[in-house]
Amino acid sequence: MPLASIDGRSVHVDDEGFLTEYDEWDEDLAKVLASQIGVDMTDDHWKAIRFLRSDFKEHGETATIRRVDVVGGISTKDLFRLFPKKPAKKMAYIAGLPKPRGCV
Amino acid sequence: MNRLLILGGGTSGTIAANRLRRRLDPGSWAITVVDETDTHLYQPGQLFIPFGIYRPRDIVKPRRRYIPPGVDLVLGEIDHVDADAGKVVLRDASELPYDYLIVATGTAPRPDQTPGMTDGAWRTSVHEFYTLEGASALADKLADWEGGRMVVQIVDMPIKCPVAPLEFTFLADAFFTERGMRDRVEMVFVTPLEGAFTKPIASKHLGAMLEERKVALESDFVIERVDPDARTLVSFDEREVPFDLLVTIPLNMGAEYLKRSGLGDELNYVPVDRQTLLSKAHDNVFAIGDASDIPTSKAGSVAHFSTELFEDNFVNHVQGRPMTRFFDGHANCFIESGNGKGLLIDFNYETEPLPGKYPLPGLGPFTLLRESEANHWGKMMFRWVYWNLLLPGKEMPLEPLMSMAGKEVGEA
Repeated sequence: MPLASIDGRSVHVDDEGFLTEYDEWDEDLAKVLASQIGVDMTDDHWKAIRFLRSDFKEHGETATIRRVDVVGGISTKDLFRLFPKKPAKKMAYIAGLPKPRGCV
Repeated sequence: MNRLLILGGGTSGTIAANRLRRRLDPGSWAITVVDETDTHLYQPGQLFIPFGIYRPRDIVKPRRRYIPPGVDLVLGEIDHVDADAGKVVLRDASELPYDYLIVATGTAPRPDQTPGMTDGAWRTSVHEFYTLEGASALADKLADWEGGRMVVQIVDMPIKCPVAPLEFTFLADAFFTERGMRDRVEMVFVTPLEGAFTKPIASKHLGAMLEERKVALESDFVIERVDPDARTLVSFDEREVPFDLLVTIPLNMGAEYLKRSGLGDELNYVPVDRQTLLSKAHDNVFAIGDASDIPTSKAGSVAHFSTELFEDNFVNHVQGRPMTRFFDGHANCFIESGNGKGLLIDFNYETEPLPGKYPLPGLGPFTLLRESEANHWGKMMFRWVYWNLLLPGKEMPLEPLMSMAGKEVGEA
């Protein structure tokens, strides 16, 4: 996996820039990742990102939009408002997690 | 006496019942299968019903015929599983205690989960083909449809047989062309994915096939609701797709009793170890076929390959030995493309569908990710294979684990 320098830090990323190492992420880095894709982090954004982080730690998979809605308690409508157009991808990017697998 | 209870007598439940009956001593193991009906449906055949290629009677047989001697079949609706007490309770309040439980109740379309979908236009201008009733209603509709804007739409992944929506689209294109009305039909394929299919190389090939057939692709479309009066699909990012005839693939979910029993995830699928299919929560519960949450296709081929490995794992597990046959997510799907041709794809958890030959490297007879007549005949002959070899759990000349032999790497 290639190394990228984000905000002066060296982190492992995939071809599309998603972080590949769970432990290389912290909330300061998330703010930088968010600003790169035009997202200004508010409490509502953090609630979603923190759910993704803890859910991944427990289950080893990036939560889908449906899972964030049903288990995380943030409606899909809100997710589209917070992370416009591509919420699943944008949330994973900011949370430093793999892109949710398009299930086969 | 050990009691093994199998919930669901569909593809994987029936294969498991047949294989395990041969492996477990009848003197010390009682096996019971529970299902709601005595009708076994050959599900791949439903794709052909809307076009009049198959009729409903061609794809149903009595379930009981495929349950082997020495296995009880109980017909009833499951109310819930009490996993701590080791029993299943049916709607009529009867109880079935078990020592080991295999969940094999699959996945089903849930049009009720999308607002507006089942209001007003259901089965008139809004159709589906994942149930026998729905496929038959769509056949009636297509028989005298005058043309217009046909939208084929996937609500969310995962779905049972993820290639079926594309196959339906290809077959519809051929159907309208044959009837001399293709110029009166505008076709649109709407998907929540970024492209025509889930994996990049297959998505490129299949996307090009949509283009050749002049089918427009509307991607990244996460549906919020159907407006049955305006005949429009509305997405969460406020895009609108109008239709005259909608063929939807509704949200797929596992059985509701799994939710009531606390055994399912947000889509009622049972979380299992992806290599052994053992429940993550209970050491005497497995989930096989479409009912589990393993990240591969919900498809008959997966049910077949994984259940073959599962048989050894189950026998080892109940005898206190480690499970040694690790499933790799192997899936293998024929894709009908119309005009007597088809494609074949073969893949697993790690390897995406690639071009090549299958099952014999260089020889085939089937071609991977490219159209051929042999692939079409493979698909049509599969119905016989299903009833006569697959369900009874007979040995087939196909390896349960995926092989890279015959696949072309880097030539996609």
